[in-house]
Amino acid sequence: MKKILNISIGFLIIAFTFTSCNNGESSKSNGALSSNAAEKVYVAPGEHDEFYAFISGGFSGQLSVYGLPSGRLFKVIPVFSQDAEKAYGYNEETKPMLNTSHGFIPWDDSHHPDISQTKGELDGRYVYINANNTPRIAKIDLTTFETTEIIEIPNSAGNHSSSFVTENTEYVVAGTRFSVPIPQKDMPIKDYKGNFKGALSFLKVNPDNGEMSIKFQILMPGFNYDLSHPGRGKSHGWFFFTTYNTEEASSLLEVNASQNDKDFIAAINWKKIEEYVNNGGGTKMPTNYAHNLYSEETHSATSTMIKEVLTVNPLDVPGAIYFLPTPKSPHGCDVDPSGEYIVGNGKLSADLTVHSFTKMLDAIANKKHDGEAYGIPILRFEDVLAGTVKQSGLGPLHTEFDGKGNAYTTFFISSEVVKWKLGTWEVIDRKPTYYSVGHLMIPGGNSAKPFGKYVLAMNKITKDRYLPTGPEVTQSAQLYDISGDKMELLLDFPTIGEPHYAAGCPASLIKANSKKLYKLAENKHPYAAKSDADTKVTRNGKEVHVQMTMIRSHFSPDNIEGIKVGDKVYFHVTNLEQDYDVPHGIAIIGANTSELLIMPGQTETFVWEPKQVGVWPFYCTDFCSALHQEMQGYVRVSPASSSIPLSWSLGD
Amino acid sequence: MKKSNIIMLIAALLPLGLFLFPLWKITLEAPQYPTPLGMYIHINDFSDVNPFDIKNINLMNHYVGMKYIPDAIPEFKIFPAGILITTILGLIIAFKGNYKWFLSWFILMIVLSTAGLYDFYLWEHDYGHDLDPKAIMKFTNPDGSVMGFQPPLFGTKHILNFTAHSYPRLGSLFLGLGIAASFIAYLVGKKTNKIIS
Ligand SMILES: [Cu+2]
Repeated sequence: MKKILNISIGFLIIAFTFTSCNNGESSKSNGALSSNAAEKVYVAPGEHDEFYAFISGGFSGQLSVYGLPSGRLFKVIPVFSQDAEKAYGYNEETKPMLNTSHGFIPWDDSHHPDISQTKGELDGRYVYINANNTPRIAKIDLTTFETTEIIEIPNSAGNHSSSFVTENTEYVVAGTRFSVPIPQKDMPIKDYKGNFKGALSFLKVNPDNGEMSIKFQILMPGFNYDLSHPGRGKSHGWFFFTTYNTEEASSLLEVNASQNDKDFIAAINWKKIEEYVNNGGGTKMPTNYAHNLYSEETHSATSTMIKEVLTVNPLDVPGAIYFLPTPKSPHGCDVDPSGEYIVGNGKLSADLTVHSFTKMLDAIANKKHDGEAYGIPILRFEDVLAGTVKQSGLGPLHTEFDGKGNAYTTFFISSEVVKWKLGTWEVIDRKPTYYSVGHLMIPGGNSAKPFGKYVLAMNKITKDRYLPTGPEVTQSAQLYDISGDKMELLLDFPTIGEPHYAAGCPASLIKANSKKLYKLAENKHPYAAKSDADTKVTRNGKEVHVQMTMIRSHFSPDNIEGIKVGDKVYFHVTNLEQDYDVPHGIAIIGANTSELLIMPGQTETFVWEPKQVGVWPFYCTDFCSALHQEMQGYVRVSPASSSIPLSWSLGD
Repeated sequence: MKKSNIIMLIAALLPLGLFLFPLWKITLEAPQYPTPLGMYIHINDFSDVNPFDIKNINLMNHYVGMKYIPDAIPEFKIFPAGILITTILGLIIAFKGNYKWFLSWFILMIVLSTAGLYDFYLWEHDYGHDLDPKAIMKFTNPDGSVMGFQPPLFGTKHILNFTAHSYPRLGSLFLGLGIAASFIAYLVGKKTNKIIS
């Protein structure tokens, strides 16, 4: 115990020295810099930002959309959590999106968004993002900025080393952070070692519509699989995963998982495993997981339970998986745009470790092994090492690249971003962050073609940076200009939830494809009313279906009678507008779901179970027109025993 | 074939361009419509400039009680027939007639076009003035009379929050060129006739 205390005090002292030194440096040039910075982030009224930034919402379970360089928030896209603002997860159409083998799970912890790629470059079609807690991967369609698919990952726990895409979006990976018994069973936790397994799932992506399906799961030794990155260019076909807890401890991991001097980066030749699987390899295993798909035609989601998954034992595909020893519990795992360098940041090490892909192939060809772990060959550290960036800072986490031969690494403990040169491993520049930076993002920095103009640092702590808001203060991101030799801090801006990681993309790749409305003629919702003539109210026992329309500035019908206490009333509401940016909302008194927010041409449904007799109003919740306030109606609710027939009307 | 008759032949054929290109365009600009709403008028149809524009014009206009722009009006049957008949007439004249007939065709076309424009004006006037008495919003002119919302026949006009533009399009140009060409055919025919006699 005393030893741990000593170590942390040691860290604190060093951290203090580093930050104080950096603070001094920045204050020198503050005056001139800030006026220049304001100009660089200013986007005049009516002008558009140059980049979209998709910043994860962390424990909010959502994905937020910001503009860069302005740092303006445009939208929060609901993904893994219910969102009352948009009725996502509340309306009948999107509830199936949050279905899992554990039932309806309306929350998660979303971490790593990644934009789809073609030939190693961003194509701006989809964003994939992981749910950590109840392992899932979601697809967001960038024509609508809506979540259109969520697939649950069986045999996985703490879906952290995901969701990164290969260079033609052949695969999205979902690597487990926690190893667990596979299949799950009741067993003593202390028997972890040798009995738990880590599932690395490879999800095949349909090139036409981006849809995912689990192609295979590799059942790896029971380590923790922390982060991952696909190879690209020369290393295309390989995937790299950092590991920690190669000790396979199950208790007090801060100590027990920090004993080995080196953990591993697992290098996986997925093309080889794909070939093995395509030739009938692998073992089908019974399981149960949800695959949820949203249809733009029916405006509704369906959830299908899948009962089987194909698993691969690494020992059955010799030559497909190797371990690269990497110092001190590496966290980030990042591959440079050329695909040659694999950066493994030992979070307890002061040095950065960079492996060489060429050297790795060479070591494999010459069978230079240094033992094995559970039958998987371990390559010799010296044989695969490309170089180390010495004394670069404290607590290195993540690295991105500018496409000009430089790398940028975040240091959590010393709160800074460090710029260094690939190949010479020399530190070129360092800038403080405020404070405790996790990931950083360069638009396209995760692809073969980075747009090396800005780096966005995502911080865990803000303390004094903003007006205080009680014990909970805002999370934040910081934007740096990296177009010159030295980095320049341009902007602080608050973010939602935890800005865990982000993906950035030139706006031009996305905005031209953005949908303005849904065509009413293409609406295939089973309860759509496409004109006032289609509106009706029907009863089926205690179930009542109201097919309603909305347009500026009325609902049709706006008077409904014949509803009884104890009924389950489904309001299926269609927005008849065919104009950009004219949604309408609807809510009714006593409803225990969210209001609906319905886009032009769309149909959405909420359920209302009236508990009291009376005449109850409903109204439009989205200010839509000069007569928005008049956009309202009444439902008459009679006693359960009443014989008043159903009737509905609009006007006299 | 004489030069004047060839010109007359072209003159008779040019109005057929009305079947290929719109006759007129009305555009409505407002701050909340960064992409203005617009409507093309063809010889036989209305059409949207951008998808759903007419539906959205109708939605906007119903606030002041204007009627919905219908899918079709009777003129959409009469105008095409008129153009086809005058073209056939023009062709017969081009092949059989002399320059005096060219002038007759020219005058006929001027009369018919003027009648068409007048009909268009009447339709616009009715559209802009025959308002639903239960309209949500009522506006009066400074003199107290009920405000009309008639779009301009030609040119630009401010109507409440909208700026309306109304201008001929390519189809009208074809018609105009055809009419002008028949007059040229008449002049050329007259000149050659003099030289010969
Ligand atoms: Cu409304």
